[in-house]
Amino acid sequence: MQEGLAFTPQLGASGVAQWLCLVPAVPMLAAGVIALLKQPMKKLSSGLAIGSLGFSLLVALTAFAHVLSGWSHGYAVREVVNFSWIQVGTAHVELGWVLDPLAAVMLVMVTFVGLLIFIYSTGYMEHDENYTRFFCFLSLFAGAMLGVVIANSILLLFMCWELVGLTSYLLIGFWYQKPSAAAAAKKAFLTTRVGDVFFLLGMVWLFAQTGTLLFYDHGAGSMEPLALGGLLVHHSAWGLTAAGAIGLLIFAGAAGKSGQLPLHVWLPDAMEGPTPVSALIHAATMVAAGVYLVARVYPLMAAGMPTGGTTTALTVVTWVGASTAVFAALVAVAQNDIKRILAYSTVSQLGYMMAGLGVGGVAVSMFHLITHAFFKALLFMGAGSVIHGAHEEQDIRKMGGLKGAMPATFATYAVGMLALCGFPLVFSGFWSKDGILEAAQHWSVAKTPFYMLVFGALLTAFYMTRQVSYVFFGTWRGHGHAHESPRVMTMPLAILAFFAVTLAAIGTPAWPWFKAFLNDGAARVDFAGFNEPGLMALMLTSSLVVIAGLSLGWWIYGAKSPAAEEPDALEKAMPPVWAVLRDKFYIDELYGATVIAFYAWWAKVADWLDRRVWGGIVAGVALVFRGWAQLNRFLDTNVVDGGFDKGCEEIATGGGLLARVQSGRGQMYLRLLALAVVVLAAILIWSGRP
Amino acid sequence: MRASAGKERLAVGVVFYLISAVAVGGALSAVLLKNLVHCALALTLAFLGLAFLFLRLDAQFAGFAQILVYVGAVAILVVFAILLTRGSELPKDGVFSKTWLVGLAIAAGVFAVLAWVVLQAGPWLPNEAAAPQVTVNQIGNALMGRYVLPLEIVAVLLTAALLGAVIVAMHEKEGTK
Amino acid sequence: MATPLTGYLLVAALLFAIGLAGALTRRNAILVLIGIELMLNAANLNLIAFWRYGPHPEALTGMMFAIFSIAVAAAEAAVGLGLVISIYRHAKTTDLEQMNRMKG
Repeated sequence: MQEGLAFTPQLGASGVAQWLCLVPAVPMLAAGVIALLKQPMKKLSSGLAIGSLGFSLLVALTAFAHVLSGWSHGYAVREVVNFSWIQVGTAHVELGWVLDPLAAVMLVMVTFVGLLIFIYSTGYMEHDENYTRFFCFLSLFAGAMLGVVIANSILLLFMCWELVGLTSYLLIGFWYQKPSAAAAAKKAFLTTRVGDVFFLLGMVWLFAQTGTLLFYDHGAGSMEPLALGGLLVHHSAWGLTAAGAIGLLIFAGAAGKSGQLPLHVWLPDAMEGPTPVSALIHAATMVAAGVYLVARVYPLMAAGMPTGGTTTALTVVTWVGASTAVFAALVAVAQNDIKRILAYSTVSQLGYMMAGLGVGGVAVSMFHLITHAFFKALLFMGAGSVIHGAHEEQDIRKMGGLKGAMPATFATYAVGMLALCGFPLVFSGFWSKDGILEAAQHWSVAKTPFYMLVFGALLTAFYMTRQVSYVFFGTWRGHGHAHESPRVMTMPLAILAFFAVTLAAIGTPAWPWFKAFLNDGAARVDFAGFNEPGLMALMLTSSLVVIAGLSLGWWIYGAKSPAAEEPDALEKAMPPVWAVLRDKFYIDELYGATVIAFYAWWAKVADWLDRRVWGGIVAGVALVFRGWAQLNRFLDTNVVDGGFDKGCEEIATGGGLLARVQSGRGQMYLRLLALAVVVLAAILIWSGRP
Repeated sequence: MRASAGKERLAVGVVFYLISAVAVGGALSAVLLKNLVHCALALTLAFLGLAFLFLRLDAQFAGFAQILVYVGAVAILVVFAILLTRGSELPKDGVFSKTWLVGLAIAAGVFAVLAWVVLQAGPWLPNEAAAPQVTVNQIGNALMGRYVLPLEIVAVLLTAALLGAVIVAMHEKEGTK
Repeated sequence: MATPLTGYLLVAALLFAIGLAGALTRRNAILVLIGIELMLNAANLNLIAFWRYGPHPEALTGMMFAIFSIAVAAAEAAVGLGLVISIYRHAKTTDLEQMNRMKG
């Protein structure tokens, strides 16, 4: 799958690469400044956030242009700027950033979509009293995400990764007074933490094995052939090489962040956050960070790939991705919350991306990631607009007929929905999903993932149609009157819709520009690309699948407009299946019974230990000190004071005794005088004797 | 003065012992007797004895001055003081202090030192045989000549003492001073 | 008794000691004064004795000394007895054991 080694890599770092650190730094700085502002300074805080991200966008575009010009001149751009952060003995902790096609594309996507969502947020969060805090966290998130993108050091990536997780927690739990929101934030943080532990293990192992933290370091980096060769020599358990094992550990971290199958439980609950948060973090960027991470360490996971075959690590990735895709799509069918459907859809599409990484390589998956970012953000923002228009109602059974009341929203939402389903030819989603399907079809290990992904596409079309029928068609089932959203909200929708369509152009087989760009190959507009064997058949198959899904959905839901209290048509048809789907295959309950229960027990043990054992020790030490203090006090009172008092008493007594000499009686004085004279005379006479 | 040549030493001895006995006896009585008036009279006797000792020592003027002043004035003064302070009544607690032995011991110590000094210095003591010839005329001239300053000072002293004694012993007026 | 002077000096010492004993042991204030007078007289005796038996470069010195001593002693006796009378008026007693106002 890799091609185009006719390009010579350029080693030096150009000017824009030197300043690339500004891209994450400026939004983080803006976040710091906003944190210092007082609450009501709305215009200033949103202005700072939007301005900083706009600046980052400009730098990202400059970097992209630089990489593009390099690519068009025929050499592969991979510029690194590394520096040593801490020195411990002879070992260095190194940080750095890299500018290559992968990073450039991701940078542009993140900053552009992020900027649109920031602008959208100024409208959505208008009446929220914590406006300033929101933009502070958003800006911090943007900085951290951009840090993940450009990181050349796995340590720097991890640090920004953690920061992304933190800001996700802060933003999901933004309305922390709601207990469900606080619980969802905690769940998200803890679940991704599980993945992060594996990531950390993989990182440490990689560092120990290769001796460097940097991905690319002029031949000495961990993603470069020298280090990878070293990793292939060592074998760990189950026939895995060290490279494969490390890759799987890192993939576990990515699985947490991207909501792959066992660790997906946090994503749907994360919809408790405000809609711009859902759009930015849980559709376009943060969840894509997992996919990006796997793409970054792809050389590691693909190391030692035999020709025509694949590595163990990539196989695992594929299976996990495909399973997630189907699982999430099934669950999405039975959901009633507009954002939850989209959340499960995101999980499903992330599964597609992971599977794409496994079967097809970085370019295929990244293309789907980029297109998905645009139309998923569009869908979420559209959902936000719908919620706004329906007076904060989120249950689709209580909506309906909004096509007439909110035309702009409906139009853009329709574009996004069709792109997601992969409606043939016009929409970018079709081409990106097709790329994955094509790669899956040609996968050497098994064909099952391909069938799973096709089934997933069918389900996607089905549940999206269901959602759209419930929301936009039929009669209005809610209360009050629905109204269209303000322009500051619908304008970004329109822009994203535009891109949802036009991005298709860069990924068609006629002009596989994206693939070539990422793989440092050449790209020509050549309609002969369509002549690849099996391609047309596949395109036809996927088109049919999509149309089938759409029709099925329309037939069940669209034609008849259901009433609000009426149970779902499918629910009436097969209640037990519906129940399982609606309750997410009871995975949350399973976790609650096992992991959470175990953890709670462990917490009880720790609490007992803390109170009895450590607390006892502390109390014991305190008791010793108290006893010591008592002893001191006793000594002070009795020995020191007592001794002193006694001494003074003795002096007083002695003085009293001496005072008796002053009897006041003259005869006594006289006697003493006479005695003194006698004594004196005796002395003088005695001493004067010859 | 009344010494004969042969019995010079013996006469000196006997007369001297007699007069000394009188003086010492008088002194002892003055100190030991319980009745104060008796003490005063014994004191007078001691003064007389001393006067005779002065006469024996060829200090006629001193002897007569002793009689005039001491016997004639001081002793009378003591008697007056005793009478004015009801000293004739015997006190109930006894006349000697509770720690009289200490006082006696100290006095004995003093006597011991003095006696020892005198006896030790025996061979070195002067012993002029001839008595100095002093006439009253000479004394008068000396008082007005050489010793005029001490004389005046003593005069001032006596005046002050007189005034002082009067003031000290004066009855205090009721209510003032 | 080596010289006559010795005898006189011993007598003087004896008188002095007796006067001191009286001043130190008797309770009545007047007797203390009597003792003091005796002591002064003993000193006078000493003076006269040395005047008689000592060398005579100046014939008058000893006698003058003694005469002045007599005069001063008389003045002092007067003042002292006046004081005793005054104290008697105030304290109604001449007992020295009871006079300890100077007690420290």
